[in-house]
Amino acid sequence: MWQFFHKLGSPRWFYEISGRWLPWLALLTAALLLTGAVWGLAYAPPDFKQGNSFRIIYFHVPASAVSMACYMVMAMAGAVSLIWRMKLAEVVMKCCAPIGASITFIALVSGAIWGKPTWGTWWVWDARITSVLVLFFLYLGVLALYEAFDNKEAAGKACAVLSLVGCVNIPIIYWSVEWWYSLHQPATIKFTEQSSMHPDMLQPLLVMIAGFYCFFAVALLLYTRSEILFRERNTKWVRALVEKSVG
Amino acid sequence: MHPVRKQRLMVVLFILFGAAVAVALITFALRDNINLFYSPLEIAEGKAPVGTQIRAGGMVLEGSIKRDPNSLRVDFIVTDYAAQVPVSYTGILPDLFAEGQGVVAAGKLNSSGLFEATEVLAKHDENYMPPEVQSAVDAAAETLSP
Repeated sequence: MWQFFHKLGSPRWFYEISGRWLPWLALLTAALLLTGAVWGLAYAPPDFKQGNSFRIIYFHVPASAVSMACYMVMAMAGAVSLIWRMKLAEVVMKCCAPIGASITFIALVSGAIWGKPTWGTWWVWDARITSVLVLFFLYLGVLALYEAFDNKEAAGKACAVLSLVGCVNIPIIYWSVEWWYSLHQPATIKFTEQSSMHPDMLQPLLVMIAGFYCFFAVALLLYTRSEILFRERNTKWVRALVEKSVG
Repeated sequence: MHPVRKQRLMVVLFILFGAAVAVALITFALRDNINLFYSPLEIAEGKAPVGTQIRAGGMVLEGSIKRDPNSLRVDFIVTDYAAQVPVSYTGILPDLFAEGQGVVAAGKLNSSGLFEATEVLAKHDENYMPPEVQSAVDAAAETLSP
């Protein structure tokens, strides 16, 4: 375990091992997303109240779940980079921000598109929706803060602190629908009791959620690998790699 | 753990703790404003201001919807099963609006206690079912009830 952790300190080792994982992970992602999308959009039964418009859940819920998980990954990577000064953790933290911002954007837009036919409005300033908008701005804030520094070491530290502070928003998003009156309904998938969704509809949703998590992992690996190559561009191993690929 | 790293870990925990306390105090101070709507009970107790733009939310009471045949005006009662608020609204309702369904209405409470809504939104719950399962549930409920 500790050996693995120490090896993670070497960007080169990570680049090589992630290159071996990537094709399999990409294949798994494509399989899960394709199965989940066809199953959910074409074969799952319509909802008794909302009809077919409920099918937006197959994109909205996975995107929302990953938007929060991505933030936790970013904050944890930030904490590791602050405490252990691990280069790779800082790279991962930096690479989480654009991915998280895009996925949060998908969650917000799909929620708005779902809100119009069911609630009767695109947008309402309730606790859940507003706190997810704050999450979106936190991602943009980390992106902007990183670019605002010329000294990239200082940029990494500042972003790590910002992502740690923003962590407070995650439990607020999760429990906002229970702590306050909101238009958004409470969670359908429950960890402690039975989910309030028919199994025929729930199974494709779980496949889609798994698919979105794998997609996030693939995107993060790709971003991290290209950032490693950029940062280590003057080292011998990257030069050798470039020479080999150029031939 | 190396003492320097231990110290940095303490700094990280302190940042988390400080941010959590600050946000907890802010949300505690603003707790009434974070609620999207007033419940019928709060309106009945006089906690909601009269004559200003507010939202009221609850369930549409069964058998309370009265539609005006000559206009788009709809009258209904919003309840949380503890208190009731009569609502009047003129306009197009969302598809999910029905008796026994959740709604959030925006508008003003007039001095006679009638909520004059300018916007009515449907609030749906977290339950999802295929239509035939719902009809089976309804049929079972009918055979059980006397």
